[in-house]
Amino acid sequence: MLTKRIIPCLDIKDGRTVKGTNFVNLRDAGDPVELGALYAQQGADELVFLDITATVEKRKTLSELVNRIAHHINIPFTVGGGISSVEDVSVLLQNGADKISVNTSAFKKPELIRELEKQFGSQCVVLAIDTKKEEDGEWYVYLNGGRTKTDMKCIDWAKKGVQLGAGEILLTSMNHDGTKAGFAVDITKELATTLPIPVIASGGGGSMQHFVDIFEEGKADAALAASIFHFKEIAIPDLKAYLKGKDIEVRI
Amino acid sequence: MNLVIIKYNAGNIQSVLYALERIGVEAVVTDDHALIKKADKVIFPGVGEASSAMQYLNERGLDELIKNLQQPVLGICLGMQLMCKYSEENNTECLGIFDEKVKLFKPTDAAVKVPQIGWNTIYDLKTDLFKGLPDNSYCYFVHGYYAALGEHTIATTDYVQPYSSGLYKDNFYGVQFHPEKSAAVGEQILKNFILNA
Repeated sequence: MLTKRIIPCLDIKDGRTVKGTNFVNLRDAGDPVELGALYAQQGADELVFLDITATVEKRKTLSELVNRIAHHINIPFTVGGGISSVEDVSVLLQNGADKISVNTSAFKKPELIRELEKQFGSQCVVLAIDTKKEEDGEWYVYLNGGRTKTDMKCIDWAKKGVQLGAGEILLTSMNHDGTKAGFAVDITKELATTLPIPVIASGGGGSMQHFVDIFEEGKADAALAASIFHFKEIAIPDLKAYLKGKDIEVRI
Repeated sequence: MNLVIIKYNAGNIQSVLYALERIGVEAVVTDDHALIKKADKVIFPGVGEASSAMQYLNERGLDELIKNLQQPVLGICLGMQLMCKYSEENNTECLGIFDEKVKLFKPTDAAVKVPQIGWNTIYDLKTDLFKGLPDNSYCYFVHGYYAALGEHTIATTDYVQPYSSGLYKDNFYGVQFHPEKSAAVGEQILKNFILNA
């Protein structure tokens, strides 16, 4: 049976793994190559490597770092941050990334998703969406690492992304990110039960029960977290044993 | 050991090369007919779309070359599907090494996503390709099309229905999952191909 996936995320700034609260207050969380290899060894199902400074500062993702990480890990690996063209993606794939994620650039130029799907296949195109629930009760899409609000509703953009050829959705709730108060069950469930492609839930995972909730109630296909792994608050083997104990299919 | 990875217009060739490096094996990535023919073993990887891949192979005469290889060949993911007879993906005539047909997953339950992305188990394992691996070992899969069960099935996986996650005939092996991305299990399969196939 296909398992639920546990995905540590390595947010990268200036070559170091960092983690903040609600997209700000960044703290150093170690060397991404060491962390990536450690997580793979501990049973992580995939890794996501996001160069969080890339979009704002217009930097290209550090393909050299990607290459180093790819040499050391034996599980699938997604790279994101500042990707805005087929050429960008080609370089990252050549350096060992299995998938790439697009966010702001795809929103500004949706055709990018189709171009990437045509060139590399939907299986390697992850559409990352940062979303925030506003006072009107609706979830809106945010760009530029959560700095820029749009008028687009999250579900509408996700559906559009699927039409254009995205292979997975990486959904980050800005209301929950960094809070350790649990994932955004409602919006995750809406996407996961509406879309025909896998949804990776991100933001808010703070306890092992939160992962149970996002898989069982939120219907997520995968759950992504960073700080709880980086700061060793939850060990991946313990998390997987806990999930298995709750009859959730995981790879152990 | 002279190991060759066939170079063509399908992604993830680099990942296969790195995985071999991690287990201490060097390989050459090439589309040169002479180099492929004289290799001790050949890996035919791939992620992508069947018709454009077949067109690319046909234009370069790689289709005939691959079919007629005598040394052990391991097809991975799209590589395995292209070794089958036919793929529903854009109605593509494939290499026909395996008689099995490649079809699109058609789940009746809307909660089942296509493509299948993630870790699933392989069972009913046959041949030394899976030596040392217990039934229900986990491997990493990314695919929307599958090869049906048939006489050449050497590994089975359940998604929508049981299907062939491994095929074998003569000197040809194929796996639907990605051994290069399947952690220790995948490394064992690559080692088995190199040492035992």
